[in-house]
Formats: sequence, structure tokens, C-alpha cells
Amino acid sequence: MALLEVRDLVKEFTRKQGLFQKASVVRAVDGVSFTVESGETFGLVGESGSGKTTTGRCILRLIEPTSGEVRFKGEDVQSFSRARLRQARRDMQIVFQDPYSSLNPRMRVGDIVEEPLVIHRTGPKSERRARVAELFDLVGLDPSQLSRYPHQFSGGQRQRIGLARALALSPSLIIADEPVSALDVSVQAQVINLLMDLQQRLNLTYVFIAHDLRLVQHICNRVAVMYLGRIVEMGPTGRLFAAPAHPYTRALLSAIPLPDPDARRQRILLDPRSFDREASLREVGAEGHLAAV
Amino acid sequence: MTDHVQQNRLLSVEHLTTGFEQHDRFLPAVIDVSFHVSAGETLGLVGESGSGKSVTALSIMRLVEPPGRIAAGKVLYRERDLLTLPEREMQKIRGGEIALIFQEPMTALNPVFTIGNQIEETLLIHGRATRRTARQKAIELLDTVSVPEPQKRVRDYPHQLSGGLRQRALIAMSLACEPSLVIADEPTTALDVTIQAQILDLLRDLQQRMGLALLLITHDLGVVAEMADRVAVMYAGRIVEEAAVRELFGDPKHPYTRGLMASMPGGEPGRRLRAIQGTVPPLGQLPPGCSFAPRCPDRFEPCPTAHPGDTTFGAGRTVKCYLHGPAVESVPLPLTAAARTGTDR
Repeated sequence: MALLEVRDLVKEFTRKQGLFQKASVVRAVDGVSFTVESGETFGLVGESGSGKTTTGRCILRLIEPTSGEVRFKGEDVQSFSRARLRQARRDMQIVFQDPYSSLNPRMRVGDIVEEPLVIHRTGPKSERRARVAELFDLVGLDPSQLSRYPHQFSGGQRQRIGLARALALSPSLIIADEPVSALDVSVQAQVINLLMDLQQRLNLTYVFIAHDLRLVQHICNRVAVMYLGRIVEMGPTGRLFAAPAHPYTRALLSAIPLPDPDARRQRILLDPRSFDREASLREVGAEGHLAAV
Repeated sequence: MTDHVQQNRLLSVEHLTTGFEQHDRFLPAVIDVSFHVSAGETLGLVGESGSGKSVTALSIMRLVEPPGRIAAGKVLYRERDLLTLPEREMQKIRGGEIALIFQEPMTALNPVFTIGNQIEETLLIHGRATRRTARQKAIELLDTVSVPEPQKRVRDYPHQLSGGLRQRALIAMSLACEPSLVIADEPTTALDVTIQAQILDLLRDLQQRMGLALLLITHDLGVVAEMADRVAVMYAGRIVEEAAVRELFGDPKHPYTRGLMASMPGGEPGRRLRAIQGTVPPLGQLPPGCSFAPRCPDRFEPCPTAHPGDTTFGAGRTVKCYLHGPAVESVPLPLTAAARTGTDR
């Protein structure tokens, strides 16, 4: 059984155009389906407006999807009561993109990491404190800095704090929404290494939301490429990067600047008329390589 | 260096030091930086946040505001030192001779004027058009940067344009006075990768058509590899390595450059990346000796004593590292000595 199953997920936002005009409906996520197996890293790639972040948030019901089904460990997340949802969220956590705005600047970092333990009432104070120190150690931070404030840490360290908070309740699924895109390259590599180490040690499953294709290629087992709310191509990372089948995927891959001055660059421009937006995913290669062509 | 080559140099920055005054201390953000840009070429200035690359750009344009201060050096543009020019003269240089393109097109454009108004204003200020011809010129400029339907777009406000179109409008504005040098500070960082590719293609195309010199400031080694003829790598305020683009990528000499390249995702999927330990030292907290020493995998005895100076390899290739020679930097020391407090490791 897959750890996470998303089926026909739709999220519509209504937008008021003006005082006297009718509200218009935008489909940010338009019938997205995928499954994530336990222990794998599933990449959700796309440009701004592709619906990747909205998809991530709908999975956790941080925003309520308009329709569709999300199954976590076989159970329908949509049908959960508030109490049950709270319980389920111990097991599925999110790491946000911006390490500057996602930590409360007025709380000490030790308290930030302890907060989920307090909310979920796990054991006495002394036990929680010991767990926080352990978590700090786990993400490579010095437990002697627990009583400092977020502004006293660098961007990379803050992202480690966010990660420690997400790991506090020992989740099995982590939705990482652009976890390193606000960081410098050299620091980015540290955090990526940490994410890979933690996955092995704690048997974590990641849904990795990103726009950086080089990064996705490096750490994801499988990838789904999103374009205007839909998955246009999905498959094992190696196959998808080696033989992209959808025009959008090809354009996206050809746009990555390569760190090699002699690389032959053949930019493929996307012609939106070259494919059918309504096409559904079909098999284009082995091992579940699908594309909407 | 012969006179002929010297003449070819459009911009030549010499021993530039810029920093910020804070509580009677001078915190250097740019330290003894020297480089040049010749007509028609692209120099990539690469570095992470806090490396001093944007402050370098602002210093060239004399846009550093207090508490910031240009403490030393020369910025020679067509052999005139911009740093000693009267402000009125400098205003003619800005936009007229040297144009600056910013990272965030939304904040660089004025939200209450149409993009047509803003391009026309630039043209009028620099006397490149009259009230009657300005609109037509603005439309032509938008057409040059491949904005579709320029007659219509010229009446749009910045918020009505997508990020990519806004950046094109900004580039159109910067080209209004036919500058010889364009300084582009992270021109594509805020854009999606497919839009980034379009803007880079546009910049390259314009450069060839107009013979522009381009100083391209970026943190992205991929962008540098695509665009630059030569590269200067900045770390903690200094240029630590400078080389022609192929030499730099083929044989990086500074441990920081090597680390930066190794830390990029690539190679065998799932493998640990070769990260550089630690972080860039914050402003005013430079370690004694080589700024990179605390993070450097190759450090040895001389590194923590004094910052290394340039070791030269053939024409136009320099590196500041004791691994490659004993050269010691000739910067007056109080500058760095004042900033000797611990490092962030």
C-alpha cells in the first residue's frame, strides 16, 4: 500500500475582479493524481503558478481542497474530524521555503522546536526538553544555543531549526516546500545532505516541492512535472530526465543553465499550441513513465 | 600592458574599498577590489549573499548611501574617475553611459506610472527625445526587447505585466540612452527558469547587436557559464579568483571556487553533495588572515596570519590563495584588524 495517495485533487480559488464584476474562478490545482511509496522522495516540479505549493498544502489540509481524495496510510484525510486530523498531522509535517518568516521571531528557538510537543501533549517538561536537545543534535545544531532567538542564526541554521520542529513528533511524511531555494549554493548543499541523511536514519518519506530541476534530479526517486495546475509528466527521475516526452518538460529541461561553458545549448521554446491541455496521462515508457501527450 | 589594450578598457575599477560606518567602526563590504570590463565583453561577478557584489555595483554608480561610504579606490570609465566627478556630470553617466538593471523589476519600476511614461521620462531627462517623439521611441524600445504588442503594452502599468515582461520593460528603459555598459544585478533571479532563459537570450542578443559591455552580477554558476567571457569570484568582499570562463570552469584554483562548483547538485543522483562547511562571515566579522580560511579544507600555516594577495597565472588570471604562491596582500591592515572578532562556524 502506498503511503500517500492523491486522486483527482482540485482546488479552486475565487477571485473578485472588481466591485461590480462577477467573481472569476481559478483552478490552481486541476485534477492531480499521484502516489508516494514509503521511504521514497517524490518531486513535484513546476514554475510559479503551476499549483505545486497548493497541492502540498491540500495534502495536509492546510487549505481545504475543492474536490478529490487524499489517502494517507490508506485512510481518507478528507473525512477526518478535527481531532483525528490533528492526530494525523503528527505523522505528516511541512517544512517551509522561507526560513525568515516561518519562525516566530519572539520565541526562543528551543521553544519553537518544543511547541509541537506541547500542543500534542507528549510527556512531562523534562522529557520534552531532552527531546528538543536530541533534535538539535540530529539536525546538526549546537544544543547549547537553545535559548537564542531566530535572528541570531543564519539562513541555513534557521532551515535546520524548521526541520527540527517538523521532526519533533517523528512523522513518516514530510512535505518540503522549496526547502533550500532561499539559501546560498554552499549552504544549500549542507541542508540537502542533511535531508538525505535524515531520510536514511529515520526512514522518512518526502514530497519535495521545487523549481530547481538540478536539485530534483539529484535527490528525487520519482518526479511529477506540473504545468498550470496539472501533472503533464511523471515518472522515475532518471527516465524522465533522459527522455522527456511532454513539450513542456523538454522546454523546462532545456532552459536550465548548465555550469559548463562548452555545453551545447539548444533552447526549446514552448509553444502552448503544440499540445492538448486536456490530454490525460498515458504510458510513454517503462516503470510508470507517464505523460499527457 | 600596452596603451592599446588600456584604451580598450571601458571600465576599470582599481583598489575599490567600500564599507559601512557603524558605531565609529568601519565595516568593509568591498575590500581592495580591482577588475576591468572591455567594450563588448561580459564579465561575470559571482558570489553568494554577503560577498559584496551588489555593493560593488552601487559603488560604480556612486549610489552607496550613508552609512555606506566609498573609502578608497578609483572607478575609471573611459579614463575618467567617476568617484571624483561632480554630481551633475555623474547624473549624465548614470543611465546615459552606464545603465543598471536590478533584480526585482517590480520594485525598480514605479507602480503609479505606465511603463511608457517611465521610458519616456528617461529619454526626456537625457535629451534623447522630444515630447513629440518620446512615445514612438518608447514603443520602438519595447519592440527591441521583444515585448509583444508594444503599442498596447506601452500604456500598461507595471502590475499588469508578468515578471518576465516587467524585466523586459526594465531592460528597455536601461537601453533608452544607448549606454555602453550595462550592469545587471541578478537580472533573472526572481524569474522562472524558462523566463530566465528568454531574458538571458535577450541580453546576449542585445549585447551583440549594440556592442554593449555587460557586468553581470549573479550567484548562479550556470548563468555565468552561459553568459560570461571572463569571471571574477567574490568572497567576503574580495575578488578571490579571476579567469577566462573556460579556464575557471576547467581548472578552478581557489578552494572557494572549487567548493562552490562541487556543492552544486549533479553527478550521481542520491550521492551526498560536497558542501562547504560553515557560512559566509557576517559584515565586520572577518576572520584574521584569509577570509575563507575557517571554511577551507586546504588551509595550512600561513592562512590565518594575513590575507593572501594576488598570484598571477598568465594573462588575466589571478587567485588569492597561499596554495598558489606566497604573495601577501598590500591592503593597509587597520581595515581588517578593526574587524577582528570571532567567526561564525
